Amino acid sequence: MAERAVLAENVSKKFRLFHERNNSLKATIMRGRRVVAEDFWAVRDVSFEVPTGQTFGLIGENGSGKSTMLKCLTRILRPETGRIEVRGKVSSLLELGSGFHPELSGRENVFLNGAILGLSQKELRRRFDTIVEYAGVGAFIDEPVKNYSSGMYVRLGFSVAINVDPEVLLVDEVLAVGDEGFQRKCNEKFADMKADGRTIILVSHSMGSVQNMCDRVAWFDHGRLREIGGAREVIEHYTGSVGGDNRSDESGHPRWGSGEGQITKVELIDADGCPTDRLVSGVPATIRLHYEMHEPIAQPIFSFYLATINGQPVSGPNTRSYGCVPDKLDGPGHVDVCLERVNLLPGTYELTPVLTDITMMKVFDYRQNLLRFDVERGASGEDWGVATLLPRWEIISED
Amino acid sequence: MTTLAEYRSSRELLNNLTLRELRSKYKRSFLGWIWSLLNPLANTLVYTVVFGVLFKAKPPEEGPSHLQVYALYLLCALLPWNFFQTSVMSSVGSLVGNGNLIKKTYFPRELLPASTVGAALVSHLIEMGLLLVVLLAFGDYWAIEWLPVTFVLILLVGVFGLGAGLLFSILNVYFRDIEHFLGIFFLLWLYATPIVYPPSTLQGHHLPGTHLGALEVLRVNPMTEMAALFRSTMFYGRAPDGWSLLYFAVWAFALFWVGLRVFGRMERRLAEEL
Repeated sequence: MAERAVLAENVSKKFRLFHERNNSLKATIMRGRRVVAEDFWAVRDVSFEVPTGQTFGLIGENGSGKSTMLKCLTRILRPETGRIEVRGKVSSLLELGSGFHPELSGRENVFLNGAILGLSQKELRRRFDTIVEYAGVGAFIDEPVKNYSSGMYVRLGFSVAINVDPEVLLVDEVLAVGDEGFQRKCNEKFADMKADGRTIILVSHSMGSVQNMCDRVAWFDHGRLREIGGAREVIEHYTGSVGGDNRSDESGHPRWGSGEGQITKVELIDADGCPTDRLVSGVPATIRLHYEMHEPIAQPIFSFYLATINGQPVSGPNTRSYGCVPDKLDGPGHVDVCLERVNLLPGTYELTPVLTDITMMKVFDYRQNLLRFDVERGASGEDWGVATLLPRWEIISED
Repeated sequence: MTTLAEYRSSRELLNNLTLRELRSKYKRSFLGWIWSLLNPLANTLVYTVVFGVLFKAKPPEEGPSHLQVYALYLLCALLPWNFFQTSVMSSVGSLVGNGNLIKKTYFPRELLPASTVGAALVSHLIEMGLLLVVLLAFGDYWAIEWLPVTFVLILLVGVFGLGAGLLFSILNVYFRDIEHFLGIFFLLWLYATPIVYPPSTLQGHHLPGTHLGALEVLRVNPMTEMAALFRSTMFYGRAPDGWSLLYFAVWAFALFWVGLRVFGRMERRLAEEL
C-alpha cells in the first residue's frame, strides 16, 4: 500500500456572489451593511485520497469546481470546512510565469519565482543552468521578461516550476498553451516525473491527455464529486453523460464539442476503392473521415481513438504528430487514413473520431464510438490478441 | 503549521521580494538609486527655507554636541519619519498590486507588506549612513557612540511601520479608499508631530477652548517620542529618555500585534477578494 500524498476530507468552499460590487467606504456606509451577497458553493463535501506516485485527474464541465479544488490544494484558497493534507514539497502550475515581474530580467525572475516555489538560493544557483537550458531562452536570460515572446515566457515559467523537483505537482490546464514542441516537452517531463514516482494532480478538459496520463480520475459535477475511479471508465461515463441528449447524435452515440467544424461520417474503403463495412486482416484499406467546417478553421487536427468492443484501447493517432496540419480548412471534405495493410486481428472494433484545434485542447467535435466494424480473418489466419505485427518469417537452419 | 524549513524558505523569499522591490523601483530611471536620496534632500531644502529661514525655527542648544544646525535637527527626525511613512504607504498597495501573484501562487501573504518595509529599510539605512557622515563632519562624534541604540530605534520604527503596513494593506483590499485616506492622514500627522519645528515652539500654547497644554497633548502621539529619541542619539549625542523609549516600543509592538492579528483573520478570503 503506497503512502498517502494528498488527502482531502469533506472539503467545502463557498464563494460570495456580489450583486453590486463596490469596495469603497462610501458605498459601504450608504448601504449600511458590508455586502449584499449570495452564497455559492463551488466545492461541496469532497473527499478523496491520492497515494504517492499516482497521477490523478480532476475533470468536469466549466464551473464544476475542479479548479477551485485545485486552488484549495495549493492553499491559495482556504476551504470553509474540511481538511486538506499535502505531504511533501508542492509545486503548482496554475498559470505559467504568473510570478514574473515584467521589468526584471529572466535571471532575477528565476530566482524570485524559485523562491516562491520554496527553493533556497543555493539550490537555485545549482539548478540555474538546467532551468535556463530547459527553457531554451539562451541569451535572453538577462533581458527584462516583458521583452520575451509569449512562448519564451511560458517556457521559462514551466522550467522553473518543474525544476524545483516537487514531490507533489498540481497542474491546471497548462498543457493548453505553447507551441507543439513545448507541449511535447511538457508531456515528456510529466512522464519522467511519473516514472520517478512523483504525485501529479491534473485539471484538464482534454480527455485525451487525461486518459493518457492519469491513473485515476475524479469527476466533478456542480461542486460535488460525482464519480471517482479508474481513468478510462470515469472518462467514458463523463463524456457519455455531458449534457444528456443534446450531446448525443441521432443514433444515440455521445457527441460533444463546440461545433465550428464537424465530423459528419466515417467510412471504410477497401483495397478496390469501394465502401465496405468490414476490414480484412492483412490487406490494404482506408479509413475515411468526412468533415464539414462551418467557418474557416486554422490548423485543425484530426484524430481517432480505436478500441475493441470491450473498451480496450488499441490505437489513437492524430494528424498533428504526423505533421499533417493544413493552414486552414473550410467547407466539406474528407481525410483519408491510409493503411498499407490492416494489422488488426479479427474482432469487433469501435472508432471515435475527434476534431480539435492545434492544441488539441479545444474540441470542435467528438463522436464517441461513431463507427463499429468487424475485422475478418485474413490469409495468415492469425487471431490471438488484437494486432498483428505483420511478420515475415525466415527460418535459417545452421545445420 | 510553521516548521523550521517553512520559516527558512519564508526568509529567503522575503529577501527575494525585497530585492525585487528595490530593483523594480528605479528600473529604467536615469538616476536610479540617487532618486531615493534626492527626495529627502528636496524636502529638507523646502523645510529649511520655510521654517529655518523664514520662521526662524532654532533647535534648542543642548549637550553634549551643542549643534544648532536646523537642517540636521530636521533630518534626524524627518528621515525616520519618511521611513515610517514610506513603509506604510508602499505596503498599503502591496496586496492589491500583486493580485496576480496571490491568485496564482501560494506563499505567506505577510511577506508582501514585509518586503516593502524591507525595501524601505534598506533605503533608510543608506540615508542614515550619509546623515551620520554629515553629523561627524559637524563635530557630533557622540552620534557614533550611540549608534547601536539608533539602530535599535530604526528597527522599532520598522516594527511600527510593518504593523501599520499589515493592517492597512489588508484593509485596503476590502476598502480601496484607505490608500487615499492615508495620504491626507500622513500630511496632518506630520504637522501634529514636532519634526519640522522644535517641540519648544508649542511651550505655553493651549488647545483652543481648553486648558490642555498643546505640548502635553502632543506627547500622546508616539511619533513625538520617536522624533525626540532619534534627536537624542543622533543630534545631541546622548542617552534617550527611558520612558519615551518604552512608550514608543509599546506602541510599535502593540500595532504590530494588531496588524498581524487582523491580517491573519482577513487574509482567509484574500485570493477571492482581489
